[in-house]
Amino acid sequence: MYLPNTDLQVKEMLEALGLKNLDDLYAGLPEGLKIGKLDLPPSMGEQGIMNTFSDLAGKNKVYRTIFRGAGAYNHYIPAVVPEMANKERFKTGYTPYQPEVSQGILQAIFEFQSMISGLMGMSAANASIYDGASSTAEAFTMCRDNKRNKVILPTNVNPLVRQTVATYAWAADAVSAEIPHKDGLVDVDALAASIDEKTAAVVVQQPNYFGLLEDVEAIAEVVKAKKAKLIVYSYPIAAAIVKSPGECGADIAVGEGQPLGIPLSFGGPYLGFLACTDKMLRRIPGRVAGETVDDQGRRAFVLTLQAREQHIRRETATSNICSNQALCALTAACYLAAMGPVGLAEVAEQTYSKAHYLQEKLASIGHVPLYTGEFFHEFVTKTPNAHEVVKKLAENGILGGLPLDDDHILWCATEQNSVRDVDDMISVLRS
Amino acid sequence: MKLLIEKSVPGRRSHYLEPGDVPQKKVPDKFRRAKPPILPEISETELCRHYSALESRTFGVNDGFYPLGSCTMKYNPKINEKVSSLPGFTGLHPLQPASEVQGILKAIALTADYLKEITGMDHMSFTPAAGAHGELCSLMMFKRHFETKGEKRTKVLVPDSAHGTNPATVSMCGMESVNLPSNAKGCVDMDELRAAIAANKGQIVGIMLTNPNTLGIFEEDIEEITRLVHEEGGLCYYDGANLNAIAGTIRPGDMGFDCVHLNLHKTFSTPHGGGGPGCGAIGCKDFLHEYLPTPILTREENFLEISEQGDKTIGRILSFYGNILVVLRALSYIMSYGGNGIPLMSKHAVLNANYLQHRLSERFAMSNTGLCMHEFVMSMEKEAAEHNVTAKDLAKAMLDHGMMAPTIYFPLIVKEALMVEPTETEGKETLDQVADDYNRLYDEAMANPEKFVKHPQNTPIGRPDEVLAARKPKVVW
Repeated sequence: MYLPNTDLQVKEMLEALGLKNLDDLYAGLPEGLKIGKLDLPPSMGEQGIMNTFSDLAGKNKVYRTIFRGAGAYNHYIPAVVPEMANKERFKTGYTPYQPEVSQGILQAIFEFQSMISGLMGMSAANASIYDGASSTAEAFTMCRDNKRNKVILPTNVNPLVRQTVATYAWAADAVSAEIPHKDGLVDVDALAASIDEKTAAVVVQQPNYFGLLEDVEAIAEVVKAKKAKLIVYSYPIAAAIVKSPGECGADIAVGEGQPLGIPLSFGGPYLGFLACTDKMLRRIPGRVAGETVDDQGRRAFVLTLQAREQHIRRETATSNICSNQALCALTAACYLAAMGPVGLAEVAEQTYSKAHYLQEKLASIGHVPLYTGEFFHEFVTKTPNAHEVVKKLAENGILGGLPLDDDHILWCATEQNSVRDVDDMISVLRS
Repeated sequence: MKLLIEKSVPGRRSHYLEPGDVPQKKVPDKFRRAKPPILPEISETELCRHYSALESRTFGVNDGFYPLGSCTMKYNPKINEKVSSLPGFTGLHPLQPASEVQGILKAIALTADYLKEITGMDHMSFTPAAGAHGELCSLMMFKRHFETKGEKRTKVLVPDSAHGTNPATVSMCGMESVNLPSNAKGCVDMDELRAAIAANKGQIVGIMLTNPNTLGIFEEDIEEITRLVHEEGGLCYYDGANLNAIAGTIRPGDMGFDCVHLNLHKTFSTPHGGGGPGCGAIGCKDFLHEYLPTPILTREENFLEISEQGDKTIGRILSFYGNILVVLRALSYIMSYGGNGIPLMSKHAVLNANYLQHRLSERFAMSNTGLCMHEFVMSMEKEAAEHNVTAKDLAKAMLDHGMMAPTIYFPLIVKEALMVEPTETEGKETLDQVADDYNRLYDEAMANPEKFVKHPQNTPIGRPDEVLAARKPKVVW
């Protein structure tokens, strides 16, 4: 318990208020609603809590070798990153409502926005959204109006993202439509045919759910021709060396920032990012840090463009988001700074090379690729008895790819997988 | 202060990777980025100094009094950080089979059980990442409920004292807010409520309510309010922002609420992180269970599993299962208090708020003169009109005295509002010091208003030009 007031102090305070005991504070509450007792175990000491959690943690299996991605990626986290992000003031403070004493967190958010927009090739970004899926849903809201209320998602966009967008769209009485992929890639002609005058936006994932590299420029061309907006769901590590959403003509770039220094953590907290063109800045949801000057002309940072937000606009706001994933954004910014342009490109190059090595080795023992397109860090193999295969790997301490069904596995490699990891896995599969 | 990019020196590095050990492959030219992204090139030393400097320009809970009303900025226990950072939790991939993650699922199930008891709800979901996300999820569940019943209802009752997220959420769900004016005390006006229900017969989705409300007053007519809404076929949603006032003594479920969201980063002490990650856990009664977002935690005998929901679910609202490490911290906190401690936690929070309100009421106008709950609202309306000293001016003066300012200009129904929530983790001597400081600042303001509005002077920057920031937005370097 964390109650500093002693019995004597409590007594003094009650006396000052003219009350006899703590229960008198609740005199105005309906008697009939008060519960006599809260049915929970009694309070525990710190040692007991530590032991309980150690036991719970011990009942989970943590893998050293991971070949699974599908939305959560095992990249190396430099030691400096959590050290910086865990600083007490960053962790315990709240939204910088008072900029004079919050310059540190505001500047950290501003730097995150700068690095993410640069990486995405866009000109603006917000302070973050809950995760990649919800940022995609918010991006669609930015594109909608009374005339255009439909979003198109090809089925090679991560299903968890598609489902989340569909939920938000349903709630807002908007439409979310899916079109089939062709050989794992966006079928550009089919996409062109499916965009109508109601279509507000198209979402494309780069690299897509199957790890394949899309021709985003060609997609952007057909989307623009129909006056819809293009939302690119980008893998931020790949963006270091692959054409950025901005270069390809995206209106909005979104994605999952977890690969940027955030541990796997059973799915959260993660980091949704959202970057856009200048033109769309005033439609961006949530908090945005901006640079200005103070009363003496010194550089200063504030939360800005607040006229968009729920606390000002109430029922006419387009999003209700306020708290986001600020500390994860700070973590990602620190990761990007620790890596720098050269380090980040190396992570991307190694990830790419290792995924290709893995794919070749798997193909050599009969796990042939399902698709032939260029891929980045993930790929699908035709693998009969997929679940059994993955189970066998688990028994040997390896988290294999994700079975998509009983005949296909989605594999992933990162810079953390060594030649030995791959070779060891291949020998398990051979045995 | 300089930006990271301004400290950059071409060719300098911080992190060095292990050299790659596989044959190098190149991304085909067709897909290659023309120019590398502009990122800082900086040494690890400089990187650490940069973040140390940023930290010194940030105010945390351990720097002093942090009475941000409606945000419950209580102390964040260190043990919570320690247990939630165990590698047995942080190293788990979200798509591992259930048999490999029974420990973390058990932790989630335990937290759910404890929170069900605290809220009086039948089911919990931890997927919503923040309070606003929990609100959205709850309203989506209401929408699905009426869709399933084949009823078209679109009107949601929202008191004028409500947080802005409430009406914004209503709009995100394709519904309309019906504004409920408060009575003179700042509570739901029962005549207005009856009139609003009568005027929107057959269309009422439900009501969104915080109790105690944003003025720190418990809605005495709560049972009648929920009864009237239910009588009309509507549903009742509880915004858990103010649960810290009543936990362990009164439960939203018993007040007649069908659905709640809790801010684990408020009531249950998980850190606010400068604006997240939080957790907007939601709870609901049995009859709404099928609408909960997918997936949910299920239990068969002693085996826990994350399962897809049936057809009636609102669907998915996040890629995975929510900010789980935040849930672990909340569990650690609940264990620390236990069944005996949770009611005490809230009583101490209410005691601290009342004591501080009492110590300030000689000078400051209070929106409510009786006992408050865990927070109270003061108004500088008179001082602003007569002396040109606003709530904002007072807030800035507090910053100069090493304190975080309270929430200002909220709730909107009180002019020049300062909303003070001390929480239970402050001791009497701190409250006495704060009262002395606030009262002294008040006297200074009245004695010399021209000088007073020049605060802050001792902070890293003076008052920023917010108009310039909005007119010519510069949001990246």
